[in-house]
Amino acid sequence: MSNVAPLLQVKNLRVEFPTRRGTLVALDDVSFDIAPGEVLGVVGESGAGKSMTGAAIIGLLEPPGRIAKGEILLGGRRIDNLRYEEMRRIRGKEIGAIFQDPLTTLNPLYTVGRQLAETMTTHLPIGPGEARKRAIEWLEMVGIPAAAQRIDSYPHEFSGGMRQRVVIALALCAEPRLIVADEPTTALDVSIQAQVIALLKRLAREKGTAMMLVTHDMGVIAETADRVAVMYAGRVAEIGPVREVVKHANHPYSAGLMASIPPLDRRVERLAQIDGAMPRLSAIPKGCAYNPRCPQVFDKCRTYRPDLINAGTTQAACWLYDTEAPRG
Amino acid sequence: MFAFIISRILQAVPVMLTVALISFAMFAYVGDPVAIMLGQDFTEAQRDQLVRDLGLDQPFWVQFATFIGHAAQGEFGLSYRLSRPVAELIAERAPATLELAFTAAALALLIGVPMGVYTGLYRHSWLSRFFLTFSLIGVSLPTFLIGILLILVFAVWLGWLPSFGRGDTVNLGWWTTGFLTVSGLKALVLPAITLGLFQLTLIMRLVRAEMMEVLRTDYIKFARARGLPNRVVHFGHALKNTLVPVITIVGLQLGAIIAFAIVTETVFQWPGMGLLFIQSVGAADIPVMSAYLMLIALVFVTINLIVDLLYYAVDPRLRIGRGKGGH
Amino acid sequence: MAAAVQRFLDSDLWWSFRRSPVTVVSAIVALVCILGAVLAPWIAPHNPFDLASLNLSDAFKPPAWDEDGAAEYLLGTDDQGRDVLSAIMYGARVSLLVGLSATIFATVLGVSLGLTAGYAGGHVDSVLMRICDIQLTFPSILVALLVDGVVRAVLPREVHDQIALFVVIFAIGISEWPKFARTVRGSTLVERNKEYVQAARVIGVPSLRIMFSHVLPNVIGPILVVATLNLGLAILSEATLSFLGVGVPPTQPSLGTLIRIGNDFLFSGEWWITIFPGVALIAMVLSVNLLGDWLRDALNPKLR
Repeated sequence: MSNVAPLLQVKNLRVEFPTRRGTLVALDDVSFDIAPGEVLGVVGESGAGKSMTGAAIIGLLEPPGRIAKGEILLGGRRIDNLRYEEMRRIRGKEIGAIFQDPLTTLNPLYTVGRQLAETMTTHLPIGPGEARKRAIEWLEMVGIPAAAQRIDSYPHEFSGGMRQRVVIALALCAEPRLIVADEPTTALDVSIQAQVIALLKRLAREKGTAMMLVTHDMGVIAETADRVAVMYAGRVAEIGPVREVVKHANHPYSAGLMASIPPLDRRVERLAQIDGAMPRLSAIPKGCAYNPRCPQVFDKCRTYRPDLINAGTTQAACWLYDTEAPRG
Repeated sequence: MFAFIISRILQAVPVMLTVALISFAMFAYVGDPVAIMLGQDFTEAQRDQLVRDLGLDQPFWVQFATFIGHAAQGEFGLSYRLSRPVAELIAERAPATLELAFTAAALALLIGVPMGVYTGLYRHSWLSRFFLTFSLIGVSLPTFLIGILLILVFAVWLGWLPSFGRGDTVNLGWWTTGFLTVSGLKALVLPAITLGLFQLTLIMRLVRAEMMEVLRTDYIKFARARGLPNRVVHFGHALKNTLVPVITIVGLQLGAIIAFAIVTETVFQWPGMGLLFIQSVGAADIPVMSAYLMLIALVFVTINLIVDLLYYAVDPRLRIGRGKGGH
Repeated sequence: MAAAVQRFLDSDLWWSFRRSPVTVVSAIVALVCILGAVLAPWIAPHNPFDLASLNLSDAFKPPAWDEDGAAEYLLGTDDQGRDVLSAIMYGARVSLLVGLSATIFATVLGVSLGLTAGYAGGHVDSVLMRICDIQLTFPSILVALLVDGVVRAVLPREVHDQIALFVVIFAIGISEWPKFARTVRGSTLVERNKEYVQAARVIGVPSLRIMFSHVLPNVIGPILVVATLNLGLAILSEATLSFLGVGVPPTQPSLGTLIRIGNDFLFSGEWWITIFPGVALIAMVLSVNLLGDWLRDALNPKLR
């Protein structure tokens, strides 16, 4: 993997929200790569900055949020400082997006066929007739029964799971190289979640599309992702191959997070839980943001903020793995 | 579709009946129509004859039914003040009011909607701020003062436009129109602005609020995430969704224009139904008042029906009868 | 008392008031209008109703800053030689009186019916709300005109002239009660299902007492907002009715009456007779409306 040029590179990304009470730092020093065809899972509690990272990549941060520092590169080209019109040509064409709630992501007044066709005619050199033909093919590909008839149906005529399939078709129809999927199954029935994830995984593999899969469902990550990034309070706490992070997390936070997942292979009396709550963006503690909750905290954690450090199998932002200064 | 129209018409019936009941109660019980119609000298026999002719000796419900029957045919009796059939008076005045209301409504829609879209899209531009300040004044100024100010500036000081009347009109059958002569069109300008300004500002503020609301929705964000050009996102996806709630209120406002015409017609001495109505209120001319009330109710009910049909056309979610399988 | 003042100064209401310059200016303008109107008999430079003091040779004097104007008549005089400024102050008195009375009347009527509808439910509720719906279909000015016309037809002319002021108040009040009824009914429905009302009912408190002592205090906020916003509307309705010539009697001219009278002199160039009362009306209505907007946002940001 390391010998392939990365498709997406996020370097030291910092996102700020200027507010009346001062500037909030929503993301700080976030760095990671995604290789072509690779699935990167991004996990963390609500408000950890997972969705914000996705929004920054597709260039749709909610105002007044803005990228204050860092770079985002797609295929080696910097995309974080593009003008709106240049970035628009990349959205949908190079980077597809899938949102959380399929009930609200489709325009209720347009047929699904029209929404698919307009996306394709915007980005691909094809006419309306060809777009309609391909729209039907896409609906078939995402598993909508009787696609040729359903193409002229409106979103409200589909169930939630079916709508999310339509959203997936919309995200993939211009054949982007990267998909940013923001909690694609959270709003769905549990019984449907597995189907939709399986579909997403299969299509991404068939088309060779890389994916940034934001979720808080560790089961989905374990099954789908190649690598996983754990986020905490706007920073990456740990990043590494999915097997390592799930089974042998190095960062105390990731370890706590993984311990709170019910194992399938054995019974446990009590699940582990992490005491306390993630700090608000306006009150991130000095030093390591996790230090007030960390069971292995020591002096240095309270003063200095750790960067990602090589921790053997993974990289972790934790002073425990700092070789230069032994713990004191 | 058919069932939808029928159900909407059925919903309008109680409203019309209630208004008819009020009209009838005014007609039959307010003042003494017999005394008014007979004047000073009359015999007991003449009186009884008139009571029988008017059906006033019949039970209440029979009288009411007769009233509705007559009303349906446009029969509202004689005006106390002018001693002419009410229907004739209204038919004479209707073209003036309808042309004025139509022009004002067109003005309000054609300017108000684009202004609302613009201020919704570019919230912080100086032009938006200017429009908003302007709209605040439009909402707070009473209609008659706007009329007076316009007359002062454009008729008295500048002398560009006439300040009263309809100008020259052309007869098209029973309809008289001011649209076909230069003086008729010039006479229309100030009254139409006066009548339309309030609705214009209201429509602008409404469209703006809805536009801002829609722009925050997920499907607009998703449309942007799909890389659709701004033109398509703003004027296709966003505007169409904005129209759904806007249609209802705009419909009601257009109905209100006909009623507000009373004030404008008074300021500009515009020979329409509103001026007739206000003269009738001053003279307690009940037949004209009750006929006008029924007519306004009919206009409102009709507009509501059209609004519902537009709604039906714009929003596919209402087309419940449509099968899940498409066509 | 001092503690209450201190509490008010610490409150969010005062904070949001001071934070909004538009609101502060509106409050000052409204205060000037109200003081000018209420204190008119004492502070007006002339008494426009004292026929003895009128001098026809003073008629049609332009405002004082015009070269033909007289310092004595700041805003000029009308056709009878009346001081326009004094006429405006006395007129504002009538406008404010009618506007306030009509709003209070509409509030009392709307709140009682709304409480009844919300608390009683069932048929009472559906009938009352149906009436609201139908009335709200028509612009309130039309309803006021109709009520005024009907009263005129019912009453003999002499009686009508005597009580014309009350007729206008009644007509405007009737035209505006549904908004209050709607608001109160909505809030009542919410309150009715809360535990404290249920509890009061269980221990056998009579429903009338529950309504007035338990439910009413909790719906007072929305009522206040609707009433303030309606005050501006009521003043405008009165002005419109008077402008149309069916409002207050000519013996007690309001701002609307002054505008109507002045309107006749617009073409001969005496614009000040109609424009100044118009400006006064706008200042009064605009400031009341802006205060109402602020109150709505300050008391409940969700209420739209």
